[in-house]
Amino acid sequence: MTSPQPRIGVLRFPGACDDRDALWALGALDAEAVFVWHTETALPDLDAVVLPGGFSYGDYLRCGAIARFAPAMAAVSEFVAGGGLVLGICNGFQILCEAGLLPGVLRRNESLSFVCCDVPIVVERADTPFTTRCVDGDHLTIPVKHGEGCWYADDALYDELVSRRQVVLRYTEPVNGSRNDVAGVVNEHGNVMGLMPHPEHAVDPLLGSADGALILSSLVESARERALAAV
Amino acid sequence: MRATVLVRPKQGILDPQGQAVESSLRQLGFSVGDARVGRVVDLEVESPDAGTARAEVERMCEQLLANPLIESYEIELVEDEG
Repeated sequence: MTSPQPRIGVLRFPGACDDRDALWALGALDAEAVFVWHTETALPDLDAVVLPGGFSYGDYLRCGAIARFAPAMAAVSEFVAGGGLVLGICNGFQILCEAGLLPGVLRRNESLSFVCCDVPIVVERADTPFTTRCVDGDHLTIPVKHGEGCWYADDALYDELVSRRQVVLRYTEPVNGSRNDVAGVVNEHGNVMGLMPHPEHAVDPLLGSADGALILSSLVESARERALAAV
Repeated sequence: MRATVLVRPKQGILDPQGQAVESSLRQLGFSVGDARVGRVVDLEVESPDAGTARAEVERMCEQLLANPLIESYEIELVEDEG
């Protein structure tokens, strides 16, 4: 049986800057990656969607606050409601939080400084579609580069998320002031994940780490399974 | 009608910008405490009356201008002169 390439859409907003890296990385990991322009009102036939990093709409007002109203985001919400897989990286994570598709919000780093470095993270859950290539407790090194990556949820929300096991990734050292060092969360149904680290910048050992490929290839694999199941 | 929306970090939310401003002010010799940094949005709203305008601006705040998880807002309305 042949294994088809899953088709993964990479949303492009004005001000995005990691869209090409995401497209390249997904392609390198054996997906057919296609760009989707933010003004599209419908998504093409896709097995997953990636919201890449960058500074959509200049991060005006609050990061992600304007992008969430882009026409393509209405289509993404429908895709999510239908169980579609969506991964938001950095600005993509911020947009998904603002859109209410992921819990919490990303705020200015506690230090007020932009952080740009490799960070150690630990995988708390390997049973999400975004971490199947990992095992629980895996330590990964993936770069971050953000000024507003301080994830926040109030006590009640945080406790709820922990009890539902929605925290997937944590930094193993303080990076940006994120509540309990949260680096990545999933939605209640587990089909949407957001993370501040950039897996698309860590798929080739030449760039210091290939650990990001574990996240992205998990997504590609999960998307492939869905594509096969749909045939 | 002119509307001014004041968006502030909610009480109890750590405000590193406010802390930075406060420490700068202290360095300048001002004795200040509990500085918080928010945002002001000035708007012209077309509404028949103040009540409708306020309700409209409240919807704007809920949908876009403030994030209720971390921010509170206050609306001030000023009737156009003449």
